Amino acid sequence: MSALFTLSDLHFAYGPERPVLTGASLTLAPGERLALVGDNGAGKSTLLALMVGLLKPQGGTIAAFGRDRRTEADFAEIRPRAGFVFQDPDDQLFCPTVAEDVAFGPLNLGAGKAEARAVVAETLAMLDLTDFGPRVTHHLSGGEKRLVSLAAVLAMKPEVLLLDEPTNALDARHRARLIEILRGLPQAMVIVSHDAAFLDALATRRLRLEDGRLQAIT
Amino acid sequence: MTDTRPGQRALRTFAAGPSTGLRRVDARMRIIAAAAFAVAVVSLTSVSSLLAALAAGFGLAAWARLPAAETARRVVAVDGFIVLTLVMLPFTTPGEPLFSLWGFPASREGLHHAVLIALKANAVILALLALVGTVPETVLGHALARLKVPEKLVQLFLMTVRYIDVLHQEATRLRTAMKARGFRPRTDLHTLRSLGWLVGMLLVRSLERSERVLAAMKCRGFTGRFPLLDDLRATPADWVFLAGAVAACASLVTADRLA
Repeated sequence: MSALFTLSDLHFAYGPERPVLTGASLTLAPGERLALVGDNGAGKSTLLALMVGLLKPQGGTIAAFGRDRRTEADFAEIRPRAGFVFQDPDDQLFCPTVAEDVAFGPLNLGAGKAEARAVVAETLAMLDLTDFGPRVTHHLSGGEKRLVSLAAVLAMKPEVLLLDEPTNALDARHRARLIEILRGLPQAMVIVSHDAAFLDALATRRLRLEDGRLQAIT
Repeated sequence: MTDTRPGQRALRTFAAGPSTGLRRVDARMRIIAAAAFAVAVVSLTSVSSLLAALAAGFGLAAWARLPAAETARRVVAVDGFIVLTLVMLPFTTPGEPLFSLWGFPASREGLHHAVLIALKANAVILALLALVGTVPETVLGHALARLKVPEKLVQLFLMTVRYIDVLHQEATRLRTAMKARGFRPRTDLHTLRSLGWLVGMLLVRSLERSERVLAAMKCRGFTGRFPLLDDLRATPADWVFLAGAVAACASLVTADRLA
């Protein structure tokens, strides 16, 4: 099968004095769980943002799901297929209740209310969060917020997951839970993390982002 | 799970009670009833009918099982806003002098006015706390949307509820960090400058957060529409409540006209 994502020679800078990527390339194959490591500020989150078009590269090409992607319309189409789980769940969970937040993606993708409720029930059950539907998002604990934000992304049935520091601020119990859930998912993943043990449990391949380029770690 | 963070307490005291009595009534009916009551009470002119309205306010508060101390604190807070007007009215309204203070005569008409305003304000605030103050924030948003309040206002309200606590925590963290380095507010330039930076930092962080929230929304296919999923369903009992509330308001107004 062909690659889900192919990034070639990406260049990106936040300004002339702050180059972040200077020729980064990677491919993501189906079923892979690709770990992305690197120092703070190396550009790992920037790379994820580029993959779903939240930022636009100044050079290089991005191909996703078999096509070159350039315009906002191209990326709007791939965002539901490449689910981005943000570093801070508070950025992601903006709806009043858990059910509404999980339904937000499906409703945007054109699902009816009944259909969206079915997807919510199914997704929450899959993550063992069945009773969470009516809970108010800002009353959840940090670990619960993380799991719900994952549910909100999974509700769109993405083919790829982009995880930005998923173990940030998680206690041991929720961290173990997250590992178990992610191991059971069929999606290809790009995981940005500093948590070595977490990556040991999940990653099938590792890349280090250094000086704006990606190198394989063997 | 109970939440004991300080920002939460103020927001949730009233809505957190058990769902009994008045609290079981559909939120939309309660909002309409509160609005009808406020309009009726403002139109009343006699002290006797206003006393009846105030009694109704207390009755609603008891029915909703409002915590007495916290309710009193909020009512006093509202009275604080109008106390100056109330005190000034007898001295500024021309009419039959009743007594004088430091040579300023107080008029009977002015005193009458002040009593009416005080009764109206307290009757309405009690009813509002009992009827609307007990609705959980998110349900209030849903109910307002169903009552055809413009979508943008409802979203503004719900987003505020969602992020006010996040902001509060950010402010608390910054304050704690300042304290940890020996900052104590004084009346000097250093204090003013530090507080200015605190506010500036909060603004910058909020702006950055709003950008991240929008990015996260775009990642989930946001196109400008906010779908709401609510479970509001009016039962016959809710309609009976609304009919009773409207009838009570109408009889208050009628009794006032006849008096």
